[in-house]
Amino acid sequence: MVMTPEVLTLSETPWLFSGVMLVKIAVAFVVTLLIVAYATYAERKTIGRMQTRMGPNMTGPKGLLQPIADGVKLFFKEDIIPAQSHWFAFILAPMMILAPAFIAISVIPFGGDLQFTYDGTLYAVPMQITDLNIGVLFIVAMAALGVYGIVLGGLASNSKYALLGGIRSTAQMVSYELAVGLSIVAIFMLSETLSMRGIVAAQQLPLWGLESVSFIPNWYIFCQPLAFVLFVVGSMAEINRTPFDLPEAETELVSGFCTEYSAMKYALFFMAEYANMITVSAVATTLFLGGWGGPFYGWINFLIKVFAFMFFFIWIRATFPRLRYDQLMYLGWKIMLPLALVNIVITGIAILLW
Amino acid sequence: MLDIYLPILVVMGIAFAFAIGSVILSRLIGVKKPSAVKLAPYECGMPLIGTAQERFSVKFYIIAMLFILFDIEAVFLYPWAVMFKRLGIFGFVEMGVFIIILLVGFIYVWKKGALEWE
Repeated sequence: MVMTPEVLTLSETPWLFSGVMLVKIAVAFVVTLLIVAYATYAERKTIGRMQTRMGPNMTGPKGLLQPIADGVKLFFKEDIIPAQSHWFAFILAPMMILAPAFIAISVIPFGGDLQFTYDGTLYAVPMQITDLNIGVLFIVAMAALGVYGIVLGGLASNSKYALLGGIRSTAQMVSYELAVGLSIVAIFMLSETLSMRGIVAAQQLPLWGLESVSFIPNWYIFCQPLAFVLFVVGSMAEINRTPFDLPEAETELVSGFCTEYSAMKYALFFMAEYANMITVSAVATTLFLGGWGGPFYGWINFLIKVFAFMFFFIWIRATFPRLRYDQLMYLGWKIMLPLALVNIVITGIAILLW
Repeated sequence: MLDIYLPILVVMGIAFAFAIGSVILSRLIGVKKPSAVKLAPYECGMPLIGTAQERFSVKFYIIAMLFILFDIEAVFLYPWAVMFKRLGIFGFVEMGVFIIILLVGFIYVWKKGALEWE
């Protein structure tokens, strides 16, 4: 007997719905925290190897306990709030930057449906905390909220380095947010939906609807290579990764907007940076690389693609020097923004002629 | 409606609880030895010169205004892009006019040198 799986709703099965929801949130949260912790380890190890160094290798076997040791150390450090700072905004800033980074994870689809039987009824649970019909817009909004944390951190510290770092970072993030926001418009023209799940579903068909090449999936990287490049470069700038890490340019600004921060508040900035890196990798996977589609079981494909993106970001950091500020603004406003607009127009013409 | 947005509220609560909790915990168990020099803003070890609440380049202000302009354009483009295949040629022309109007402003700003950083 084949049963069609039921969808959990709050009105019909409130307890089961809440339980499943909490389990999904707990798993997503713990996995994200683990990836954040070990992304720092992977980054130090990879860059170490690329610069013919060992990287961390003393704490635990192969240095595997290094992230935990770092975390514990930061917990026990002195929590300094500078005397001249606006203390409330100073404390609020790291929270304002970490919370959106984690909230954005809630609309990312990790895999297909999970089926289970409870009380004789078959239920299908999507491997995603919630399927928002405006999922991509929500992620863009959360990325924009993260800017507030940097502005607040820069202004509240009442330190010249923090102020300069904060303002630079804000200008950089808003500039590249435009390029990123406009580059993915072409994706919605093809997918006709803003739901992350819908976009993945639209990419499971054969390439360009042609049956003859059905072994190639219809991932949007093949129809939108320009949008993909713009998205990846723009995202790197938006999450302040090298070569766009101007806000934290050590040689000129000490540590940018987080100069005055110490202990766990500094750790929150650090975690937010890596959480943003995960979010960006996951969004790029979902929008351009077909999400959880691929040769293996759902979420394994997804993780492989996300880790590949993160390795790419680390690799870039070991390869390229930092840009100058005027070069950065030139790239954002005079190259990427016009290219994104041109891409939208070309996609529009192509769809109308197809 | 609540089915979809309740999980986001819960995640929001957990994320803020995690952030606030870890800051409070680190404040409780961390060392506390404040001194006047330690609480001063960092300036490479030199005595402080003036305050940080100073004026900064007007360029950043222009960038902020341009951002608002183009971000609104992007927000208008999102629903248009979702409906694009159903709107057809009419939607394309309509949005083309909108983009060209903004583009004229962008070219003006460019020619005026608002995007130069030398």
